Amino acid sequence: MIYYVGSFLLIALGLYAVIIKKNLIKILIGLDLIASGVNLLIISIGYVKGGTAPIFSRAGLKASMMVDPIPQALTLTAIVIDASEMALAVAFVVLLYKHYGTLDIKKIRSLKW
Amino acid sequence: MVRKVVYSIFLAIIVLALAMFFAAYPFGKNKMTVGEYYLNHGVAQTGAANIVTSVVLDYRGFDTLGEVSVLFAAAAGVAILFFLAGGTKREQEDLTKPNFVVRVGSRIIFPFILLFGSYIFIHGHLTPGGGFQGGSIIASGFLLLYLSYPGTRTNRDGLSIIEGLAGLTFVVLGLIGLFLPQYSFLYNFLPKGILNTIVSAGILPIIYIAIGFKVASEFAGIVDDMMCQVICRGGGK
Repeated sequence: MIYYVGSFLLIALGLYAVIIKKNLIKILIGLDLIASGVNLLIISIGYVKGGTAPIFSRAGLKASMMVDPIPQALTLTAIVIDASEMALAVAFVVLLYKHYGTLDIKKIRSLKW
Repeated sequence: MVRKVVYSIFLAIIVLALAMFFAAYPFGKNKMTVGEYYLNHGVAQTGAANIVTSVVLDYRGFDTLGEVSVLFAAAAGVAILFFLAGGTKREQEDLTKPNFVVRVGSRIIFPFILLFGSYIFIHGHLTPGGGFQGGSIIASGFLLLYLSYPGTRTNRDGLSIIEGLAGLTFVVLGLIGLFLPQYSFLYNFLPKGILNTIVSAGILPIIYIAIGFKVASEFAGIVDDMMCQVICRGGGK
């Protein structure tokens, strides 16, 4: 249960940072928080009470003792994709800073809203 | 100020909606449908002890190929963006020289990071971990090297060759399955072997090693591009 609450909090914090903050780096941190929250949420949906990791590493393990493997498989790749997309976003921010000399989205003319 | 209050109310509504939605999915309850099938039949069908790996590489192998391509697109995007912006580069001042402890420590630790990363992706079908994680660990070793020796440049041509070969291995292994009598992309045509040994699960470990090399070289390339923005003088490569 605490995992659900924590992931909701992470998503809300990230959304808050994306909407309210003016600094582009802080907006990116907000995006990353949202991604972490979503990953945590997906993983905790697949949790089964008292279950272990879905790996048959010992002889005595049975399939009924394990948690759902599919959310873990989805999250595994999502984390790496998230990291690479963050790298792309940071590249955009670096270029924006070079062009405008500031990270404040209010001062960057084409990003005003 | 008004803006903050208004958006906080919106956020509260969003979180409430999420909570109401997830009230239908109680925490800790067994709600598997497809997962149940994978857990019961995964070992017999793929031969991998780690069911997550068999889902990622066997049942949803095509999906993983797509995600590897997304990763490639992002790495290429970073390189292209910095290449296009190379013309407007200004002269940067030198970074502060790294500490003696950092320089010596990174020298000692770097081979162990490589070793650990390759352990993670070679044992992807037996233990938690796999190509994506191992590749990221190796790339973090490269990042450490860049931070402690600001003059380092990796051999970009070598990285591209490794990346291309790794991607090719994945696709060719998939295509071989297409020419077998069973006719399916990424068909596991090698013998399954004994459960919980390194040489088991057919093509899955080979694919994971290929993914590990690919992810490592792509992330190392991204790190190289980013560090070049700070350190290199006179634009791009």
